[in-house]
Amino acid sequence: MFEYAPAPESRSVVDLKPSYGLFIDGTFVDPTDGDSFKSINPASEEVLAEVAEAGPQDVERAVRAARKAYDKVWGPMSGRDRAKYLYRIARLIQERSRELAVLESLDNGKPIRESRDVDLPLVAAHFFYYAGWADKLEHSGFGANPRPIGVAAQVIPWNFPLLMLAWKIAPALAAGNTVVLKPAETTPLTALLFAEICQQAELPAGVVNILTGAGDTGRALVEHQGVDKVAFTGSTDVGRAIARSIAGTRKKLTLELGGKAANIVFDDAPIDQAVEGIVNGIFFNQGHVCCAGSRLLVQENVADRVLESLKRRMAQLRVGDPLDKNTDVGAINSAAQLERIRELSDAGSAEGAERWSPPCDLPDRGFWFAPTIFTGVTQAHRIAREEIFGPVLSVLTFRTPAEAVEKANNTPYGLSAGIWTDKGSRILWMADRLRAGVVWANTFNKFDPTSPFGGYKESGYGREGGRHGLEGYLNV
Amino acid sequence: MTATTTSARSELSELGRSETALRTFLHGLPGVDQVGAEQRAAQLGTRSIKTTAKAQAIDLAIRMVDLTTLEGADTPGKVRALAAKAIRPDPADPSCPHVGAVCVYPAMVPYVAEVLRGSGVHLASVATAFPSGQAPLEIKLADTRAAVAAGADEIDMVINRGAFLSGRYKEVYDEIVATKEASGDAHLKVILETGELATYDNVRRASWLAMLAGGDFIKTSTGKVPIAATMPVSLVMLEAVRDFREATGRQVGVKPAGGIKTTKDAIKYLVMVNETVGPDWLDPDWFRFGASSLLNDLLMQRTKLTTGTYSGPDYFTLD
Amino acid sequence: MSERVAVRKTYKLFIGGKFPRSESGRSYLVQSSNVSLASRKDARDAVVAARAAVKGWAGATAYNRGQILYRAAEMLEGRREQFVALGIPGDEVDAAVDRWVWYAGWADKLAQVYGGANPVAGPYFNISAPEPTGVVAVVAPERPALLGLVSVIAPAIVTGNTVVVAASPSEPLAAVTLAEVLATSDLPGGVVNILTGAITETAPTLAAHMDVNAIDLTGVTDAALATDLEVKAAENLKRVLRPAPADHDWSVDPGLDRMTALLETKTVWHPKGV
Repeated sequence: MFEYAPAPESRSVVDLKPSYGLFIDGTFVDPTDGDSFKSINPASEEVLAEVAEAGPQDVERAVRAARKAYDKVWGPMSGRDRAKYLYRIARLIQERSRELAVLESLDNGKPIRESRDVDLPLVAAHFFYYAGWADKLEHSGFGANPRPIGVAAQVIPWNFPLLMLAWKIAPALAAGNTVVLKPAETTPLTALLFAEICQQAELPAGVVNILTGAGDTGRALVEHQGVDKVAFTGSTDVGRAIARSIAGTRKKLTLELGGKAANIVFDDAPIDQAVEGIVNGIFFNQGHVCCAGSRLLVQENVADRVLESLKRRMAQLRVGDPLDKNTDVGAINSAAQLERIRELSDAGSAEGAERWSPPCDLPDRGFWFAPTIFTGVTQAHRIAREEIFGPVLSVLTFRTPAEAVEKANNTPYGLSAGIWTDKGSRILWMADRLRAGVVWANTFNKFDPTSPFGGYKESGYGREGGRHGLEGYLNV
Repeated sequence: MTATTTSARSELSELGRSETALRTFLHGLPGVDQVGAEQRAAQLGTRSIKTTAKAQAIDLAIRMVDLTTLEGADTPGKVRALAAKAIRPDPADPSCPHVGAVCVYPAMVPYVAEVLRGSGVHLASVATAFPSGQAPLEIKLADTRAAVAAGADEIDMVINRGAFLSGRYKEVYDEIVATKEASGDAHLKVILETGELATYDNVRRASWLAMLAGGDFIKTSTGKVPIAATMPVSLVMLEAVRDFREATGRQVGVKPAGGIKTTKDAIKYLVMVNETVGPDWLDPDWFRFGASSLLNDLLMQRTKLTTGTYSGPDYFTLD
Repeated sequence: MSERVAVRKTYKLFIGGKFPRSESGRSYLVQSSNVSLASRKDARDAVVAARAAVKGWAGATAYNRGQILYRAAEMLEGRREQFVALGIPGDEVDAAVDRWVWYAGWADKLAQVYGGANPVAGPYFNISAPEPTGVVAVVAPERPALLGLVSVIAPAIVTGNTVVVAASPSEPLAAVTLAEVLATSDLPGGVVNILTGAITETAPTLAAHMDVNAIDLTGVTDAALATDLEVKAAENLKRVLRPAPADHDWSVDPGLDRMTALLETKTVWHPKGV
């Protein structure tokens, strides 16, 4: 009855080159011993650009450039001046946010509403926040004269390409380190645009180096002898491999890995807001969120009511063109990820859980998966244990608070959790018992540069964000 | 209607008999988290409604306007002109629909009635000692009967906020029941004056109380206190009518009033209706805007869409 | 061709985001310019404006306050030459810009350094967080006219206080010019109010004012006046910052004291239980 006409954001604000080199020592260069690969738009499978794949010699060049910049320029520079460069970068990101948001949606598949309203404001805020720390490190609580570590190797995932870059680069630079960063192979483009912003800010050469590539590039970077610090965000399996590979070295490591968060709804919850929180918890960014609320634990006496509301709300989700301003759920980032989501969802059905999706028309080209919930899930099901990293929610019920805690903690992961109840003391009681690095109460998926983020158990170690986020980049 | 809703309905109709039962029920409704509700309302406000969808929304919004004047300075001449405008908002364009209703004080009803007769535009009168409601019940009921007798087919009553806020729910309930009875065949809109209710929890409770007592519409505001309709308040009320219909099978309308001045505002509300309660409410029978200056902005935007040129206030009649 | 006749600037007060003349109609001569001589009534008006601004400013997000202070640094940098023309050394302008930047970064960090969870012995969540004290009256240092002024305003407002500043009586032009910087930095009107004129006229009014929460006596050089102001301030237990020593070096890292002196600490208890 009230159909929204298409409201596409214009692509013309993005000026894509046909091919991109590596960003080493302040300039874009061709790879020495590397290859190249194509980055595509997951919503249409169209090729966006050809991107260099860094080989071992390229890694060598980049690490050497970072070392030189650390020794000669960035390390000796006053915190006050480092701050000014970071503030410049923050401002340039604000000024170019439209361009960055459109490119992020093109390369990643996430809705423009999210890249515009969530990713980009957080990216700029993160640089602002850490810019302010650069000249205040002696007040950060890590000793009288905290020192940087040196050259940081940083490997980031494809789900929040630019935001993860900000989480890595901003604190590293504020603390006085130089970096070599490898963006994910399916989403390298905004990192390359960020490299241009570094040039525009006249950031000294070699302070930030961007190496595009896939797993081999990442491995070569992390294992390089000249690296003092490794920071990785991605899967638990790769995180484990990195932890093994740096064993016995001096390298300091922070890991931000997978999750299987419980979103716990009590019978006295503000139901309408809880339903919004459940939707935001699992369908935000197509569920490509390590802290996604992928397990809904709902108290049995309100389960029917919550599920009914949830389904009604899910029917309102608009799945489709990421550049349409009214799209809520965009494209799955890659064919490989789509395959994994399908495989796990099929396992859910095969193991006896009941599957439901709202009716929705999916585009013919590109990678798509309808928002899906499984009810009648038990703790033993694969969909209750394994990270799906897609728009798939597993629903379980509980009777008592203690049972909710037990089920929530019954996972090797421990990144985040959600609690929904009108009773304040229960929130705090639950929070004390949940083995998770971030606990949201009556909200979900909230991020802020001042707020530390990171996991317990196999969700990784170290924290990003806030005062705590400096620790991983200081010699403490 | 299913068997469950029938029994639920009869159970709910018992609530009004006792203060305790009413209180237990209203305080047992799920709470509203302020931050979450406001974020949801803001998110709905970011929808981008363009071209054909905008044209459709503007015409729908015009049909939903309760074109209102509630001033001490209202005159028969002014309200007649307003009624004429309600029937034909854009004299230059006969394809422009008429508004939902004209809303005036009881004393102005006879003059409006003459003009509206046979037009399809409803005639709403505020009543019950609007806007404060601070009068004896008998006077409020007489006010209502007089408005209906003079030709109003919709009555906009105010609830007794003092009684509501001090927890005398039955008193509020009984007044609504009595006003409904006094309204006869006229539709009863119950004004909650949400700007005085302080919390969204209270808005939800007052919404249910008004619906339980038989209100045909719940309306946000009189427009006479500093805080009028807001998106989050209207969201909570829409959730209430949705849940009420689910529980009882009876559909109740919603009317945000006051502070909605632009087409952009109106479209945000329509998006919210669409995505909260669905198309069943996207109709002047179930959703209205209480507004005075909104209509002219809708007309200007409508002209822009049909002619491609931005119009100006000089080209539309003043209310 | 004759030489162009310059248009001269009128130096007025800065109250509630506007630039009014003194209600007394008085002015005094500084560097060939007439500068408003603020009255007791102007001081009271400034307190009203500062009080009205507290709710919005203290309620703004720390991030937003930081952005605005950083914006002030940007605007000051852009008007560097204007200050140099008033006789402020270039190095001092640079240091003043850097000071804005330094304090801007504190907006969203001080609570993490100066507050935190308290491990009480019981089933309670217990957390302490700083809050601004409210309206702060400030007697700015006589000199350095710009760096001194920025060094007393920035730490007071970054945390959410609003200020009424009695500017350096002998070098007020920098203060009024700084007001022009602030008026174009998205700083809400009333957060910073600047009075030019005689300290002996404005400061006692501010010290005795019952709707002022704190007074910073940094720029008071007369010991007897300082004592008198502190006595007046005691009436409603204003937080008092005592005068700075005459040889105070404004160029060094200021530390946290100026911020923390103008904060209240609020501790919240909440039980934990099912």
